[in-house]
Amino acid sequence: MSITYLEAIQAAQDKALEDNESVYIYGQDVGSFGGAFKATKNLAKKYPGRVIDAPISEDAMVGSAIGASAEGMRPVLEMQFADFSTVAINQIGNQAATQFWRTGVPCPITVRLPSGGTEGGGPFHSQSMEAIYAQYPGLIILTPGTVEDAYSMLLEAIEIDDPVIFCEHKYLYYHLKADRLPHKNLPVGKARIARAGKHATVVTYSAMLHEALLAADGLKEEGWDIEIVDLRSIKPIDTDTILASVARTGRLLCVSEAFPWGGVNAEVISRVTSEGFHLLDAPPQRLNAKDTPIPFHPDLWKTHRPTSQAIASSLRNLLRY
Amino acid sequence: MAEAEIKVAKKESSDPASQYRAAFRYMLLARTFEERTASLYRAGKIVGGVFMGKGQEAFSVGLALALDKEREDIYGPLIRDQAGRLAFGEQLIDAARTYLGSVKGPMRARDGNVHRGNIHDGMIPMISHLGSHISVVSGRLIGKRFNNKSNFVGGVCIGDGGTSTGAFHEALNQAAVEKLPLVVAVADNQFAYSTSTERQFACKDLVDRAIGYGFEGYSIDGTNLDVCLETFDKAVNRAREGHGPQLVIGHLLRLCGHGEHDDASYISDERKKQAFGGDCLQIAQQHLLDSGISNKIEISQWTSDIVKQVEDATSAAQREPGPDPFQETWQALSTSHLSEGNATT
Ligand SMILES: Cc1ncc(C[n+]2csc(CCOP(=O)(O)OP(=O)(O)O)c2C)c(N)n1
Repeated sequence: MSITYLEAIQAAQDKALEDNESVYIYGQDVGSFGGAFKATKNLAKKYPGRVIDAPISEDAMVGSAIGASAEGMRPVLEMQFADFSTVAINQIGNQAATQFWRTGVPCPITVRLPSGGTEGGGPFHSQSMEAIYAQYPGLIILTPGTVEDAYSMLLEAIEIDDPVIFCEHKYLYYHLKADRLPHKNLPVGKARIARAGKHATVVTYSAMLHEALLAADGLKEEGWDIEIVDLRSIKPIDTDTILASVARTGRLLCVSEAFPWGGVNAEVISRVTSEGFHLLDAPPQRLNAKDTPIPFHPDLWKTHRPTSQAIASSLRNLLRY
Repeated sequence: MAEAEIKVAKKESSDPASQYRAAFRYMLLARTFEERTASLYRAGKIVGGVFMGKGQEAFSVGLALALDKEREDIYGPLIRDQAGRLAFGEQLIDAARTYLGSVKGPMRARDGNVHRGNIHDGMIPMISHLGSHISVVSGRLIGKRFNNKSNFVGGVCIGDGGTSTGAFHEALNQAAVEKLPLVVAVADNQFAYSTSTERQFACKDLVDRAIGYGFEGYSIDGTNLDVCLETFDKAVNRAREGHGPQLVIGHLLRLCGHGEHDDASYISDERKKQAFGGDCLQIAQQHLLDSGISNKIEISQWTSDIVKQVEDATSAAQREPGPDPFQETWQALSTSHLSEGNATT
């Protein structure tokens, strides 16, 4: 039997609805249609009245979830695409994220963002929003890059008493498969060494994890052992695991599909240089998507985002330093 | 405290005369307190801004008095709803604490003044972004419905300017789709900061929107306490009885600056003489006297009680400690082990 990343997300929501009566799902077309990507397939039927179609009102979706959470509910919101969550950015960043600090009352909502680029997605159906949300104090940002993480971290997200932005990658929905769902997994907040190595560290997450793994396989043939850290959660960032890896390799490349200015790569490099400058044998490097809107045509898109080839080439430069 | 007495009056008797008397006293308490905060503001004693509800106390108190905390009603006040807040059950000392920066206030000095609220008590702590609290009130109602509760209502306040936001539109449409027992009170005070309504919306009366959203609508004289009490009573009952969301537009005039930093020179005296330009507090007082519901002696007794309450609350709050930055946890998450805190310096 094999299960895809998307099926894992559906299964996690199924389990959450089953286990906890306070959980409900709200989003556009999530009801009997099962969601634009089918992440809520069959759930409306199985849990009548708890998987609800929303109007195209991202602001009101999040606002109402915040209110419902104060009544003891645990809303799970599906944004049809991460890109559309900008309409709700005020409710997420100013209302949900500030509530606990302002009032002492936690705000346990989960916002699922189908994120990242796919062929033909274009400028408005491809974005990676994690760094934008990470700017707001009061949010937890998760970026699962494996089927197992998609499942266990979504379940954990729903249990966490704070607002969680769950960035699930659309490119992984169908491509990524696992044999089974995990019973136990690393908790939220811990990074994983996805590949052990000794010559350089790649810190990455989500779909870029797989590009980095491919690049590392290629470089293996050239005699290089690349260590890969899968962040899993980008807020909080597991700085200890990153520093321990850099201590082993002395070289750091950060890879993210998001736009280059600021962001996760810059944050990781900032932490490593301020806390682990002495561990570095070369200037830390970063690789992001280009600083333009995300192109529509596959040939442009493949060059816009970091690929295994681009990662391999950056790594070669880093290893030569 | 006389505050508590007003509440008793509300609870024990719902005959119109007693309700009117209670409402008037909340209005007077709010006006007196806000005038005190305004003078403290001018004296430099207030942290942050002061926004007054002068001229809209009748409309504000009308909604809040129609709500019932014992039925778990939810209240979403905004910047000009001191009267409504008190009528809903806010303790005056908590208002004073927030303005005066006491750490004992409901926001613990982390957020100020009109943003204060009490989630467990059903009073939404508004954020600045206008319109965004409406869907939060709706969410409370959705949550209650999930929890198989019934008979609850949500009342939420907004100004004419706030109706132009996307959040307002999304929330009203959503509330109607969900058939929520929500009462939206729009205080059309003819101005949004300095912008008059001709530059804010182009329909004749904001109540015209009710039909488009699928709300029941009311357009009333917001300076007339009797009308306010009666309309909100009806709207809240309609919502409670399952007739879906209600939109009440109150026509009135802001009788102060946008905030105390603003002299409102752009509002002409002429405006105050035109329709809905009157002072609801004076109008209500006149009505109390004319109708014999109260008399001069009683009103002057109420006034001196209220002045004392305000004095007591503000001086108590002034004696309380402010926040201590060294005691602050600086954690925005309730899940402490996931909090980054000051990890990055
Ligand atoms: C979304 C948003 N934009 C701008 C502001 C700044 N602002 C605060 S109050 C105000 C005027 C509000 O007017 P109205 O809604 O009519 O209420 P009133 O002040 O007249 O009671 C403005 C522009 C804000 N708080 N929120």
